[in-house]
Amino acid sequence: MLRFLVRRLLQAIPTLLILSILIFAWLRSLPGGPAGALLGDKATPEKIADLNKLLGLDDPIFVQYFKFLGRAITGDFGNSLVSAQPVMSEIGNFLPATIELGFCAMLIAVGLGIPFGYLSARFRGGAVDNVIIVLSLVGVAVPVFFLGYMMQDALAAPLGLPSQGRQMAGLDATTVTGFAVFDGIITQEWDAAWDAITHLILPAFALATIPLAVIVRITRASVLDVLNEDFIRTANSKGLTQPIVRRRHVLRNGLLPVVTVIGLQTGALLGGAVLTERVFNFRGLGFLLAEGIERRDYPRLQALLLFGALVYVLVNTLVDISYGLIDPRVRVR
Amino acid sequence: MNTLLNKKKEPIDKLAATSAKGHSLGGEAVRRMLRSPVAITGGVITLLFLLLAILAPFIAPKDPYERYLQSEVILGQGIIPGAQAGFPLGVDDFGRDYLSRLLVGAQNTLLVGVLATIIGVVVGMIIGGLAGAFGGWVDTVLMRLVDVMLSVPSLLLAISVAALFQKPSQWTVIVAVSMVGVPIFARLLRGSMLAQRNSDHVLAATSLGVKRGAIVLRHMLPNSLGPVIVQATLTLATAILEAAALSFLGLGDPDPNRAEWGIMLSRSARQFLDIRPELAYYPAIAIIIVALGFTLLGESLREALDPKNRR
Repeated sequence: MLRFLVRRLLQAIPTLLILSILIFAWLRSLPGGPAGALLGDKATPEKIADLNKLLGLDDPIFVQYFKFLGRAITGDFGNSLVSAQPVMSEIGNFLPATIELGFCAMLIAVGLGIPFGYLSARFRGGAVDNVIIVLSLVGVAVPVFFLGYMMQDALAAPLGLPSQGRQMAGLDATTVTGFAVFDGIITQEWDAAWDAITHLILPAFALATIPLAVIVRITRASVLDVLNEDFIRTANSKGLTQPIVRRRHVLRNGLLPVVTVIGLQTGALLGGAVLTERVFNFRGLGFLLAEGIERRDYPRLQALLLFGALVYVLVNTLVDISYGLIDPRVRVR
Repeated sequence: MNTLLNKKKEPIDKLAATSAKGHSLGGEAVRRMLRSPVAITGGVITLLFLLLAILAPFIAPKDPYERYLQSEVILGQGIIPGAQAGFPLGVDDFGRDYLSRLLVGAQNTLLVGVLATIIGVVVGMIIGGLAGAFGGWVDTVLMRLVDVMLSVPSLLLAISVAALFQKPSQWTVIVAVSMVGVPIFARLLRGSMLAQRNSDHVLAATSLGVKRGAIVLRHMLPNSLGPVIVQATLTLATAILEAAALSFLGLGDPDPNRAEWGIMLSRSARQFLDIRPELAYYPAIAIIIVALGFTLLGESLREALDPKNRR
């Protein structure tokens, strides 16, 4: 088992290395190069040459790449052009918000997705099944940012929920960890904790729609597959009660593909978060990225994109490993 | 021996044709789809949309680029005239007829989706086809590259490609969105190529002396097309949605003249939701219906082509 774990982790390394080369190449291919981007309108050939020298861009390419890699490994991605802060400290400051939002969204998606998918499969062809299928199909077809605006427009006022930001204006909550709900609880500022929760509800539901719809469909398909398996017939024919068959055989085997999809969707949340956080002014990594795009803040963009890919690769590796834990057959290869 | 050598010049398909005819997977799939309400709904929506896209310039009641009620638009005070005689869906902030823009928008939206999908399919199939046909180190190198592309969440991939271009335009959107499909199609084609390598019909063709290139093109590719078509249909739906997302993030075509649903939606959703929410609703509903249509069609195609469902 340990060998399997180590091998899986080692396999992620070449992927990340190639990715770092691509991002390095991307940085270099930018019009005017980073120096041009940094100087903006003030760029003159002499100034660009000076800055290139300062930034070490006159070194041979492979030297530059290894320097870039060395800095990237230690977490140094330069300073943001918008805030003039180190990009990594920006990411550190905004990360808790996105984790909070993503966690809530996945909680909603998994918490509703698996039961709905299972119901849909159990009552295949019935009215419940049809309604669930239609909703899940529509859920994928709605542009995420439009859904966000719709929620702000139609739900925020009637439900008394805030539609902008992470915190009520003027509420001066103590920051300990950066996780607003958690901070409110440990400092016993219950107002602040409640305020943070209300600010999370709408964006978390908006962000949850796509993973929710996908999880419903995968759960349904997988449960249907399992229901056709021989061992279910065996279990039924040896007289096991329905609840036991369902819990021990159907659900347990039916959830395997769902685990993979949950992993993939967790990674994909980073994409959806860009749209959701922009619409709700929820200041997390997605907001940072959207602002970075608008201002063409390349150091910030490359750090965020590499960071996003890193998280995605790690999540997928974890998923593979957990797959090996659940299903011993996967370990063999 | 002599007869065998002569036989190999004949296309192997002719040999196959001499045997008894069974039910073809394709024919059965069509029959199954005609019975499925999901397939029919998806097919009807898709057909209507295609028809609309083709006929748009002829049925649009007004010129979509002409500014009609310009004097009545006072943006500073948040005034955009609503629906009225001659303008059943109202006008946008430039005073242009919204119905005509929506109709012509069908064409441009389809163009973005179709072109992005085609580029994704072609590039992905070349990569996957080479990897599947050659195997060995070609396979390893290409698949590592595909792994890397897959290791970036789709919207982030599209964003990074779009951010590469200094000036956003319709083409940068198309290229960026198409890159999302490339690794998926590459994986798909490689997988089914590998699966067929040791299959009976490929072995038969090989033992008859058919050349490797001909085997790949004539026997392996056609048998891999089913899943590719299914995936392309589904990609079309996501391509339209992703193009809209790029517009929303400011990476889309900045030309406010362009009548395209994603651009119309993101402009209206950002700027006029308080004044005239309909201006966002119309293109949003259009996008939802089209994405839904392609998704339904793709899902039912997948179901119909799945050999597991054959009876």
